[in-house]
Amino acid sequence: MHLTKEQERMLSGEQGEVIERMSRLLVRLGDIYGADRMIPVGSVQVAGVSYKSIGDPGLGFLEDYAGKGAKVRVLTYLNPPGMDLENWKGLGFPEDFAEKQMRIMEAFKKMGIITTATCTPYLAGNLPRFGEHIAWSESSAVSFANSVIGARTNREGGPSALAAALCGVTPNYGLHLDENRKPNVVVKVGADLKFNSDFGALGYYVGKQVKKGIPYFRGIEGANTDQLKALGAAMAASGAVALYHVENLTPEAHLMDPKGLETIEVGEKELKETYGKLNTGKDPDIIIFGCPHASLREIASLAGKLDGKRLKKPVWICTSRVMREAANRMGFTEVIEKAGGKVVADTCMVVSPIERMGYKTTGVNSGKAANYLPGFCKQEVVFGNIDDLLERVLE
Amino acid sequence: MISPGKAKGEAIVSREPIGFYGGIDAKTGVVIEKGHELEGKSVKDKILVFPQGKGSTVGSYVIYGLKKNGVAPAAIVNKETETIVATGVILAGIPCVDGIDIDKIKTGDKLVVDADEATVEIG
Repeated sequence: MHLTKEQERMLSGEQGEVIERMSRLLVRLGDIYGADRMIPVGSVQVAGVSYKSIGDPGLGFLEDYAGKGAKVRVLTYLNPPGMDLENWKGLGFPEDFAEKQMRIMEAFKKMGIITTATCTPYLAGNLPRFGEHIAWSESSAVSFANSVIGARTNREGGPSALAAALCGVTPNYGLHLDENRKPNVVVKVGADLKFNSDFGALGYYVGKQVKKGIPYFRGIEGANTDQLKALGAAMAASGAVALYHVENLTPEAHLMDPKGLETIEVGEKELKETYGKLNTGKDPDIIIFGCPHASLREIASLAGKLDGKRLKKPVWICTSRVMREAANRMGFTEVIEKAGGKVVADTCMVVSPIERMGYKTTGVNSGKAANYLPGFCKQEVVFGNIDDLLERVLE
Repeated sequence: MISPGKAKGEAIVSREPIGFYGGIDAKTGVVIEKGHELEGKSVKDKILVFPQGKGSTVGSYVIYGLKKNGVAPAAIVNKETETIVATGVILAGIPCVDGIDIDKIKTGDKLVVDADEATVEIG
């Protein structure tokens, strides 16, 4: 791989041990994937933040590297930690967990990383432009950035994203290149998509079918960014889809020629079967919305449905700190809390230790959450649309 | 070369892949995966030889922890180094080579590893 003089110096150890190893990691990955050179990145999203995911080994590593004075060179955001960083006590998060989680956040902050921790950085101040090269982890954010915004990123892991942030570059391969952004399968949608959960179910089904592929959707007449967020997140979780195109909707679709590609048809029958498959439980102990983190529109919609009502069971909506501030100002948080629900900031149900908090069955409207909750959180899942879920818990 | 450096030591060989997260105790360097052929053995200061990594990506941080705690192998030799092990050895600064015919190496062999030259000699 071609390296500039500056990159050679980084690799030689001239800028210290951390930069030497981090650039070695990027060069090694570039060699494995056939990159010709390094390219500057506009921003980074780092995953591997929850103490539940990275444990003591990850905490030890981050404190060490932060202690050696490592500093990021570009705008870098973080994935959700395992708890609400401000209201963890009130929500019942365990104390031992909280102590370790706060140490992780401190280490990231010391490196200059913005600790507004969210899986939706694009809603919270880290918005790339069309065509911009970025190095993001968090599979749902990768999918949104590539597909809906038209920025360019591979599916980075925690360490490779951190390396890109500290060195300011990423190896040029995969989805950074035009030729690798073409679709390889057409998905013809013949179902009426009404609720965000319908997009989640569609995504779950398609991800299972196309795995690492790049689907080109036809038949999706309209979808807002919340619905595209749900679709992409589910495909990235049940498969490994990092980029999709939707005819007449997403910014690169008109550049693509899907003629002659294999076609998968998804109708009402497939969607109904997917709803059935994702339902592994019956009676939810808790309902959690906001996977990926809820937008202000989603919080407003929940507030509208809970206004003046009473909940029999806990209902959370997970979101970024930024959206929560806006929800507070608009009074949405108050309405939701009056009904007995919570607006939980920073964390989400997948990376928080809900299994340690006494919950066994969780209701969700997210295809991604339905995919991960049984394994990561030992939960049975009730998957449904927002209205069906709320009907079960409203007095 | 995956990660640079030179090392000499006694080989400890696994014919099956190793998952570091939940597989090796970062505090002691002892293999803790139930039923693994190296269960109960320490990798400290040995040349750890195995075909490839497996399991959780947190394994990279475990490899780093082994080094930090002074119980890391002196070098790692693989048939094919995948991303988890490559990331771990680079972060930790442990010499590592891949593309080696590990069937020729037995536990107890004295090995000389030169990761910079990508060579492993049985001495």
